[in-house]
Amino acid sequence: MQMNREELLRAYRAMRTIRVFEERLHTEFATGEIPGFVHLYAGEEASAVGVCMHLSARDKIASTHRGHGHCIAKGVEVRGMMSEIYGRKDGVCGGKGGSMHIADLSKGMLGANGIVGGGPPLICGAALTAKVLKTGGVAVAFYGDGASNQGTTLESMNLATVWKLPAIFVCEDNGYGEATPSSYAVGGSQAKRAGGFGMPCHEVDGFDFFAVHEAARIAIERARDGGGPSMLHVKLSRYYGHFEGDAMTYRAPGEVERVRAAHDCLQRFRQRVTETALFGHHDLDAVDQAVAEEVEASVRGAKAAPLPSDTDLLTDVYVSY
Amino acid sequence: MTNITAITMPKFGLAMTEGKVASWAKPEGAEISVGDEIADIETTKITNAYESPVKGTLRRYVAAEQEELPVGALIAVVADPVVADSEIDAFIAAFQADFASGYSREQAEAGPEPLKTDVDGRATRYLETGREHEGRPIILIHGFGGDLNNWMFTQPGLAEKHRVIAPDLLGHGGSSKDVGAGDHAALSASVVGLLAALDIPKAHLVGHSLGGAVALRTALDKPAHVASLTLISPAGFGDELDGNFITGFIAANRRKQLEPVLEKLFKDKSLVSRDMAEDLLKYKRLDGVGAALSTIAAANFADGRQKDILRGRLAELGNIPVQVIWGAEDEIIPAHQAEGLPAGIRTHVLAGAGHMPQMEKAAEVNRLILELVAP
Amino acid sequence: MSKKSYRAAINEALRQEMRRDPTVIVMGEDVAGGTDSAGEQDAWGGVLGVTKGLFGEFGRERVLDTPLSESAYIGAAAGAAATGLRPVAELMFVDFLGVCFDQIFNQAAKFRYMFGGHARTPMVIRAMYGAGFRAASQHSQCLYPLFTHIPGLKVVLPSSAYEAKGLLIQAIRDDDPVIFLENKVQYDEEEEVPDEPYTIPFGEANLTREGEDVTIVAFGRMVGIANAAADRLEKQGISCTVVDPRTTSPLDTGTILDCVTETGRLVIVDEASPRCNMATDISALVAQEAFGALKAPIRMVCPPHVPVPFAPNLEDLYVPNADKVEAAVRAVMGYKTKETV
Repeated sequence: MQMNREELLRAYRAMRTIRVFEERLHTEFATGEIPGFVHLYAGEEASAVGVCMHLSARDKIASTHRGHGHCIAKGVEVRGMMSEIYGRKDGVCGGKGGSMHIADLSKGMLGANGIVGGGPPLICGAALTAKVLKTGGVAVAFYGDGASNQGTTLESMNLATVWKLPAIFVCEDNGYGEATPSSYAVGGSQAKRAGGFGMPCHEVDGFDFFAVHEAARIAIERARDGGGPSMLHVKLSRYYGHFEGDAMTYRAPGEVERVRAAHDCLQRFRQRVTETALFGHHDLDAVDQAVAEEVEASVRGAKAAPLPSDTDLLTDVYVSY
Repeated sequence: MTNITAITMPKFGLAMTEGKVASWAKPEGAEISVGDEIADIETTKITNAYESPVKGTLRRYVAAEQEELPVGALIAVVADPVVADSEIDAFIAAFQADFASGYSREQAEAGPEPLKTDVDGRATRYLETGREHEGRPIILIHGFGGDLNNWMFTQPGLAEKHRVIAPDLLGHGGSSKDVGAGDHAALSASVVGLLAALDIPKAHLVGHSLGGAVALRTALDKPAHVASLTLISPAGFGDELDGNFITGFIAANRRKQLEPVLEKLFKDKSLVSRDMAEDLLKYKRLDGVGAALSTIAAANFADGRQKDILRGRLAELGNIPVQVIWGAEDEIIPAHQAEGLPAGIRTHVLAGAGHMPQMEKAAEVNRLILELVAP
Repeated sequence: MSKKSYRAAINEALRQEMRRDPTVIVMGEDVAGGTDSAGEQDAWGGVLGVTKGLFGEFGRERVLDTPLSESAYIGAAAGAAATGLRPVAELMFVDFLGVCFDQIFNQAAKFRYMFGGHARTPMVIRAMYGAGFRAASQHSQCLYPLFTHIPGLKVVLPSSAYEAKGLLIQAIRDDDPVIFLENKVQYDEEEEVPDEPYTIPFGEANLTREGEDVTIVAFGRMVGIANAAADRLEKQGISCTVVDPRTTSPLDTGTILDCVTETGRLVIVDEASPRCNMATDISALVAQEAFGALKAPIRMVCPPHVPVPFAPNLEDLYVPNADKVEAAVRAVMGYKTKETV
């Protein structure tokens, strides 16, 4: 673990923010106040943060419908995100996108995507831009085991390979594509698919931040150095349903509790860093406190924020028309 | 060989490929002299009177009125009265056969092509005719928003006896759209540069509107290069002008907006055709034209008034022969600016013409130019 | 100004814009046609030669042959546009939109709106459309109504070489996603086209002729067909206004309504399949906004509701032609209400 104290704190804070944000949404959604669909990332934090710790604004990511974690990891403002999810005018997308379309291009976050498999082609484009304009940037597509079967994902892997794009395909395999297990839906293996295209694949324990971080480092450096694309096959678990309201009856009773008790990525991170001389529990508790306040403030702010005005219905379809 | 002359469909400007006799001005059998108007020729772009190039009798009309014919096609036959009708028939048949075979048509349609040359790093397009003639060339300089085609009725007439060069000013036609400061000095410098590039030590300058001010400026700056000056409704003779014409021309980007603006140029409003407006719109869409025209307008005509009045410096021209031609019905720059000029400057105010006398009274303007440039 | 073909005008637009702006790139299947092959690298320059020569001038970094993966590379064009390039992606035949429509209508078209105005997607998709090439059902469709239907897209139908160059340069400079449709039958048609770059604004219809009796609105290749019919009709004393909207989105509704108000009669010539096409769109517009001006019902000249057939005689029956336009004009001219009979 070659991260310094400041980096480790930053990583912890990012993961903790995602966890608290998502858990808070879970309770708020149940009150009925949040419009539309919400897909929670809680449990998967190590993947988003492990990868995004290596990225800056010149690097681009594309996400899925389950995009809050990637947004937070990429530096999108929590307050703006919460407002967006509540459909308020001061949301990062002016309330026009909602949870499934949260984006902040200024931070290199090309959006959560309501279309499964929508991200990988976009990321090939972002990587192409980096290559043509020689920015030195890379582009990361986060997608799920469900999306791994979309033609767009497979085509994108081939395209990234033949064009030698600085792209990284991060398959966040939580074992379920909606309600259908990946053991049923995914033929062969993720790694062999990557291999089929001539792309290296790292098998990663998605509950272990440091494992993700290290695999991501190798893949990102390879891409930046002009070595072309790689895949990370990150095995993890989502603690909540496909969407909020999903009773998860397709999962074995107690499955989530067992995973949470044994493998939780925040727990494991805390354990690992407090073993070193760098941190004590109180350091991390202080972060927990700050995060709780930030998320609480974002919810209060979002609830009080104004709705978009009627005229906002018609704006920003085009740059000019 | 008896004297039979073919009168053929003339070519107005570079793009004309066909036209029609809108109406015959004289009956068959009429005696005509050189310069008599015998027909109105109409194209999609413009209409103009056709003057007889020869003296004789109008023996036969070959073209019907309103009949579309290609450039170079036979429209009438002029011959002496003694020539037999059968000979005229034979002449017509031979001409038509030859024309149909394509050779003559290609010759007729081809015409001279404009050339491009580099002047101080900027491309300048120009049309040169009458190359074979010795003596000082005549340079025709168009005005704001125009191009070398503004001289379509002037250039052919003058080229019979003179070498004639009509450039596109910077920002116009096929020349570079980089106009620098866009003022008289900048535009004049490019004219002087063109003369140098073509190795012309001295020339007769004919300038229209803004081109008139440019020609005058050139004569003032480089008198040794200028053999004579013909200024047609020139800018720079007073501060009055119709500023709405300038702003309207720049702002218009649809035909319905542009046509009323163009109508101000002519006494005969019907001369403004769809094609004329369309061609100008196509020019205005070219990269850089909008900026070029705005720069030139700002440099030369701000707030509805002309800047840089050169009238007061006319006396400096010494013994360079100068004439000023103005259309009496000019709506853009009023004709009274032709009054009270220094003695020695010949002034001609033409009744029945607006701001473009070189188009509405082409024959008269050509005569006046030829007179001034005659050795 | 010189005579150029529709194909050459498009090639010139691409070339001049690529020279002017290093962020403009071209991608598509066989746009060079031979990258890394043992023979010519620029063997095709597009299946009908439209992009020939670009690879030679700009190289493989800016002229990219793609694998047969529309969803990946059209999506890549969207992602590249959103991150700083101005890609001109070629969808070889508009009929192939089925395999990449999501990238066009759910991704590119919606970024700006969904992201609250904080995205800009300056991409162009060029595609061939149109019947008459004997290419049969899967290579002859128009489909521009599908794109027109989507908020966030702009749709361009150049009717001639002059229009094609100016509209394509405009499309490349436009900051929104533009679908630029080229009628494959027109590639060899020639016209005087300026040598310099120029633009033609979107949403401004062109009147190719003006008359008093009837307004004919036509799109793309149908503009020439409408003009041919109007020539014939003029000799019979019927004068027509012919409107070429140039773009279906944005649509110059003002000019269309003005012309219909002046003439009182409307014929629309639309090669796209008849259900929900531009003819129906404009008919509804006029019925709602200019009902009182109509002296006769609107007539639409469209193909029948069938896939494009292969047999040449059947395909010739399918596509609207000058005869059918003439007949439609006669019908509206001859219309008598119950009162006037």
